[in-house]
Amino acid sequence: MATPIRSTSMSESAASPLAVPPRESVHSASPALHHQFEDIEQQRDAGNFGMWVFLATEMLFFGGVFTGYIIYRSLYYSGFAAGSHGLEIDLGAAMMFVLLASSFTMAMAVHAAREGKHRPLIGFLTATIILGVAFLGMKFTEYFHKWQEHMVPGLNFHPALENLRGAPERTVELFMCFYFFMTGLHALHMIIGIGLLTVMAILAWRRKLSSENYNRVEVSGLYWHFVDIIWIYLFPLLYLIGGRYK
Amino acid sequence: MNEQNPSVGTYILVFMALLVLAALTTGIAYVDLGPFNTVIALAIAVLKMTLIGLFFMHLWYTRGLTRIVVLAGFFWLALMISFTLADVFTRPWINTPGP
Amino acid sequence: MSTAVAEVPVQSRVHYLNANYGIKSWLFTTDHKRIALLYLGSITVMFFIGGAAAVMMRLHLIEPAGALVQPETYNKLFTMHGVVMVFFFLLPSIPATLGNFLVPMMIGARDLAFPRLNLLSWYVYITGAAFTLYALISGGVDTGWTFYTPLSTHYLNTHVIATALGVFITGFSSILTGLNFIVTIHKMRAPGMTWKRMPLFLWSMYATSIIFVLGTPVIAIALFLVLLERLFHVGIFDPAIGGDPVLFQHLFWFYSHPAVYIMILPGMGVVSELVTCFSRKKPFGYMFIAYSSLAIAMISFFVWGHHMFVSGQSAYAGFIFSALSFAVAIPSAIKVFNWTATLYKGSISYQAPMLYALGFIGLFTMGGLTGLFLASLATDVHLHDTYFVIAHFHYIMVGGAVMAYLGGIHFWWPKITGRLYHDGWARFAALVIFVGFNLTFFPQYMLGYLGMPRRYAVYPVEFQVLNVMSSAGASILGIGYLIPFVYLLWSIRYGPIAGGNPWGAKGLEWETPSPPPTDNFEEPPIVPEEPYGYADPEHVHV
Repeated sequence: MATPIRSTSMSESAASPLAVPPRESVHSASPALHHQFEDIEQQRDAGNFGMWVFLATEMLFFGGVFTGYIIYRSLYYSGFAAGSHGLEIDLGAAMMFVLLASSFTMAMAVHAAREGKHRPLIGFLTATIILGVAFLGMKFTEYFHKWQEHMVPGLNFHPALENLRGAPERTVELFMCFYFFMTGLHALHMIIGIGLLTVMAILAWRRKLSSENYNRVEVSGLYWHFVDIIWIYLFPLLYLIGGRYK
Repeated sequence: MNEQNPSVGTYILVFMALLVLAALTTGIAYVDLGPFNTVIALAIAVLKMTLIGLFFMHLWYTRGLTRIVVLAGFFWLALMISFTLADVFTRPWINTPGP
Repeated sequence: MSTAVAEVPVQSRVHYLNANYGIKSWLFTTDHKRIALLYLGSITVMFFIGGAAAVMMRLHLIEPAGALVQPETYNKLFTMHGVVMVFFFLLPSIPATLGNFLVPMMIGARDLAFPRLNLLSWYVYITGAAFTLYALISGGVDTGWTFYTPLSTHYLNTHVIATALGVFITGFSSILTGLNFIVTIHKMRAPGMTWKRMPLFLWSMYATSIIFVLGTPVIAIALFLVLLERLFHVGIFDPAIGGDPVLFQHLFWFYSHPAVYIMILPGMGVVSELVTCFSRKKPFGYMFIAYSSLAIAMISFFVWGHHMFVSGQSAYAGFIFSALSFAVAIPSAIKVFNWTATLYKGSISYQAPMLYALGFIGLFTMGGLTGLFLASLATDVHLHDTYFVIAHFHYIMVGGAVMAYLGGIHFWWPKITGRLYHDGWARFAALVIFVGFNLTFFPQYMLGYLGMPRRYAVYPVEFQVLNVMSSAGASILGIGYLIPFVYLLWSIRYGPIAGGNPWGAKGLEWETPSPPPTDNFEEPPIVPEEPYGYADPEHVHV
């Protein structure tokens, strides 16, 4: 487990026993450097690593619902297929494309930040935010349709017979629970992501982001891509059970 | 620890691939492949996730420690799912009532 | 902390306690040492609240028909005791106080990787505690700390939502702390500090952080789903729509079993530090102790089903969980052997921290061995939900974790406050605690073996003698816990000034003044040598 010590500071002054430069000079080297770090590279590295650790926690967080989903889908396949068939695949697919596009614009935003180009950075961040909001608009439209069809568990679940497609009503209700919980949790994360990116856009607008401290954008990007990946799984798992060929 | 900067071209290529895969997933749902519908849909999802992870999230360009964190996340998730399933699916073997 | 602020230290040196004054300098601090003290104050308050519930329970159980409260109230007492002690005292205890204070210092850094996240984690903790205390004041909750469905989702009208929300929120505090420690330990070690030169306390904090980060999200989602089910009167654990209540138990225990290792691993790290310092020896089998911490963290995730042997879980899954639960005892045993070998032919002194460490080794071993009775499927069928389980986990959590916590607080007290406490009183308190603890909990093994169920407000008359013994022990234990409160606070104002290293211990934290300056080190440290460089006594042949 001998992870090498950060080689940067060691190589800077290999001969001297005081291998770490005195604090003042490091601090004045960059105003973006936080005092607990020795240099910007360590700060960036720590920030990225920290976000990845956080994403691992999110994997486990969503994982709990996925675990339940796997169990009940195998126990009540007909109910899950029936419920899935009642979801609007066009909206679901549109949301998929919108999120993929937003991941692309996010990656471009990080790229612009790295290069220190402010106008593309603000442009791509704004595009990502707009795509995210579009996604949420479609999501809430879907929820509203489900409300109209009386398919919301706990609130007004009285499905029409054709929506059950022969499956027991309670298993369709269980599927709809998963639909709302999983997409709702995902939407919550989208809202947080949009908030985060709005803050990034404001910072970029105010020229507070440079090619030195662009790491915040990169870290926000990691979060955004993760939320996209969750949807990549939700789409087939919720919308495509049993196929649409019948 | 030097991160090469992926080029804009790389991003565009990956994005095109993602769009194609998304279209594929949706399209295949309209074709009757029996149980393979699910298998293929999930395989495509894994592929999309891998592309985003490697190129948009720069895993292709970062050192091993971060990759270990990602693998650890998957491993723990797999652990939780598999042991829980081991309970639910072996209950019928000795007639333990399920839900 | 107003005592430290009001008093002018004898040295006119600036350190972290007197660098800034005023309540805002504490509530908006990003200094890991001040945040550690904020946590110390909060968890001490929660400890006494949880302890008050325990006192009432033990008073009630003096009589077979119950001496104090109605059965419904008794249910609320044991729930509150469990929720407060587990989530608001034990889980954060060593990590958020000693961990926050020491991790940067032991690693040779100026602070943790994310100081503002550190402060946020304390505010998140306080918010969670506020929700739970609200539930307590408005009439309590009686689900048990385990929140099993469908009782918690459908059949109770107590404050389940507030309590579950409180625990859910506090979980994020743990995640942030664990994340901070992992990043700090990986990325901010001082020049020369390789992994194998880290103190064992850091290895155990790292292993603990892995569990924080990977386990806590699962209880978060489990409680979140319970909240939704309670709000919407339907959910995925609801049998009426085909849901499985046992699924909740899987998600709950997937975290809560590793959580008990969160509670003990930091204590083991503290004991490694205490045993080496007070035997004046380097640890026997450093790598074994280090790797066993990681092994415990890993294997702890494989065994959660041993809480569910009688829940309706498949017996085949039960076999697997039972076998793996035996495996998890092995790394813990390795640590006990290594500590014992460290003590062997060491130059041992019996100051209070060492008394706590020795108490830990004995009591943790007893608690751990009784865990094997419970891990064994066949015996667990009889012992599940009896006082045997209660005795088992209190031996580990109170006889182990709390004693290690107190030992650590005493050991690093001079570093934290710059003052020495009165060791005579401290040793006396340690002995009172040891006696009180055993008198409280040993009878409970017997009660459980004889069949007395847990969470019952009444019991058959033949169990009364043992219950009265247990309650008597609890009163002694309670007094034992109050004594340190007195002399430690007294020492802040009147204790002799401690130097930088009053114990003559090895470690980077002892190479700074006491209390340390805000940035920990006046010059960034270099680590040229192995840890625990105590001189080997000549006659040691180990």
